[in-house]
Amino acid sequence: MSTLKAFDSARWVKIALLCVVLVALPFVIDATLGRAWVRIIDVALLFVMLALGLNIVVGYAGLLDLGYIAFFAVGAYCYALLASPQFGIHGSFLVLLPLGAMVAAVFGIILGAPTLKLRGDYLAIVTLGFGEIIRIFLNNLNRPFNLTNGPQGITLIDPLQAGGISLSKTYTYDGFAIAPVHLYYFVFLACALLTIFISLRLENSRIGRAWVAIREDELAASAMGINTRNVKLLAFAMGATFGGVAGGLFASFQGFISPESFTLLDSVMVLCMVVLGGMGNVRGVVLGAILLTALPEALRYIGPLQQQWLGRVFIDPSDLRMLLFGLALVLMMLFRPAGLWPSKTRQRELIGIDATEKAGG
Amino acid sequence: MDIFLQQILNGLLLGSIYALVALGYTMVYGILGLINFAHGDIVMIGALVALSVVTALGTSMPVMLVLLIATAAAVAVCVALGLIIERTAYRPLRRAPRLAPLITAIGVSILIQYSAALVWGKQYMSLPEIVKPGKIEFGGAQITTTLAFIFLLACAIMAALLWFVKTSRMGRAMRATEQNPDVAGLMGVDTTRVIAFTFALGASIGAIAGVMVVLYYGQGHYFMGFMLGLKAFTAAVLGGIGNIPGAMLGGLLLGLIESLAAGYMGDITGGVFGSNYRDVYAFIVLVLVLMLRPSGLMGVSSGDRA
Repeated sequence: MSTLKAFDSARWVKIALLCVVLVALPFVIDATLGRAWVRIIDVALLFVMLALGLNIVVGYAGLLDLGYIAFFAVGAYCYALLASPQFGIHGSFLVLLPLGAMVAAVFGIILGAPTLKLRGDYLAIVTLGFGEIIRIFLNNLNRPFNLTNGPQGITLIDPLQAGGISLSKTYTYDGFAIAPVHLYYFVFLACALLTIFISLRLENSRIGRAWVAIREDELAASAMGINTRNVKLLAFAMGATFGGVAGGLFASFQGFISPESFTLLDSVMVLCMVVLGGMGNVRGVVLGAILLTALPEALRYIGPLQQQWLGRVFIDPSDLRMLLFGLALVLMMLFRPAGLWPSKTRQRELIGIDATEKAGG
Repeated sequence: MDIFLQQILNGLLLGSIYALVALGYTMVYGILGLINFAHGDIVMIGALVALSVVTALGTSMPVMLVLLIATAAAVAVCVALGLIIERTAYRPLRRAPRLAPLITAIGVSILIQYSAALVWGKQYMSLPEIVKPGKIEFGGAQITTTLAFIFLLACAIMAALLWFVKTSRMGRAMRATEQNPDVAGLMGVDTTRVIAFTFALGASIGAIAGVMVVLYYGQGHYFMGFMLGLKAFTAAVLGGIGNIPGAMLGGLLLGLIESLAAGYMGDITGGVFGSNYRDVYAFIVLVLVLMLRPSGLMGVSSGDRA
């Protein structure tokens, strides 16, 4: 990353242009494609945060986490329980989002701890189980006392609000209406940009380099004086934190959550985003997240098209989406293991395999 | 007392099915060091193929013949599927970093699940009532003849597998490949063939397990392979992954634990952890084993692997 030579004017022009585009985007989309697509962009930004969180665990530290959506769920339920009529508590998001992040981080450590000494594949299966277990608990914790409201989920969750401004209202300035989806867009954009910034700074930090070292050779990393236990736990906690914040935002945005939003398939989808974009590369992951949020939405048009051309719907669009995800995972690993937009080290590692394999014996 | 005995019997039965599925995981892991995530879904395909065959044939033939044809069809389809997966998805990645085949395996698993949803639909398919089993009384508890047959067959398959791996030429090649593929290759073992054979063997045992699951639960579903696979993997880890007798022991133990926990935890905790938490116990066992004895009950700790 070039930080110091950045102070030339061309770069500033680029940044200014990007800002203008990002600010204008929701309004342009609203006017052209309709409000539904603004919502999709909001969701895409949430997934950018999630995918970047998972990228820390999978991309940087090389620990395959298949239950990542559980942290999203923890964050979402944390916010939902403390800002809804469920318990009559209506906390401020300024407290609840950091709280959700902390709780998610604790869960990340609890989950990571038993698998620290084990090979990565055990981790995959433990996290997979963990994700399901969290969902089973959310589904069943309406007895003996009603904590999560079971499969019905929690409704009427407070929107983000502070100092009399609520993101659920439409504000009008000189006939120019700013709807909740637009307001949420800016909040999510800010959070996503912050996540990107943190990810980029982490990448080249002492911790980030330690993660990469562990990913490439854990034994060598520990010989170099890296405390692998703490550094791995930090990766879990860090990744979970991002997921927790995104979860809180998701709950406030939707106003309703239920265990059905946090299935294994959602974990797989986030993993797809990371793998497709390019593990370990922030730009790639952002690209992957946006692509994979927009693609299923576009696939929705396939249902009616089948009806029109073939007479009936052969493949349900959501099934088609999963088929494509599965296929994408396999094909990416076979033909472009470093992702669509790979990071340089990762590319060396995943493509120049034979060379390193032979050198390493 | 009889309820207790009943739970033990149920647990052993369920456990024998887990053990068969666990064998598929443990054999592939022993040789390739890969968790074949798709194995649970291969079992699911076996189950659904068998269901379709039984539904199609109905009562036009003697029951045993119908079941035999169904099992044969399931085994054929699953072996073909296992070989295709191995050839296209895993073989090209044999020298790749560990994360790559693992992600591929997940992709394959999803592909199989949703292809099955495409072929069979997403609803539960139930087994037509072709068998009218008798009941066997057993010290106050009872099981149906079908289930008794399943249990005995599972035991027979496990015994046959142990004998095969221990005495046959291919079994020796499998053990050699497991210890060191490179050296085994130098000694004249065609490791590629051995690996393909291992997949086929695991898939065929998985297919039979799939038929048993159908007989046990009386229904099948495109997503049934997921939990079954997770539990069977837990069984394999419990026994010591890569260890064939270990997988058998692990499967039986896990079946017992699950059955007893689901039967009694509800009463013990005053109805808080009822049988709707059934699927949680396997996972708790998995985490405990990984923390306390990662090499499993019968495994040898080998540094890197566990």
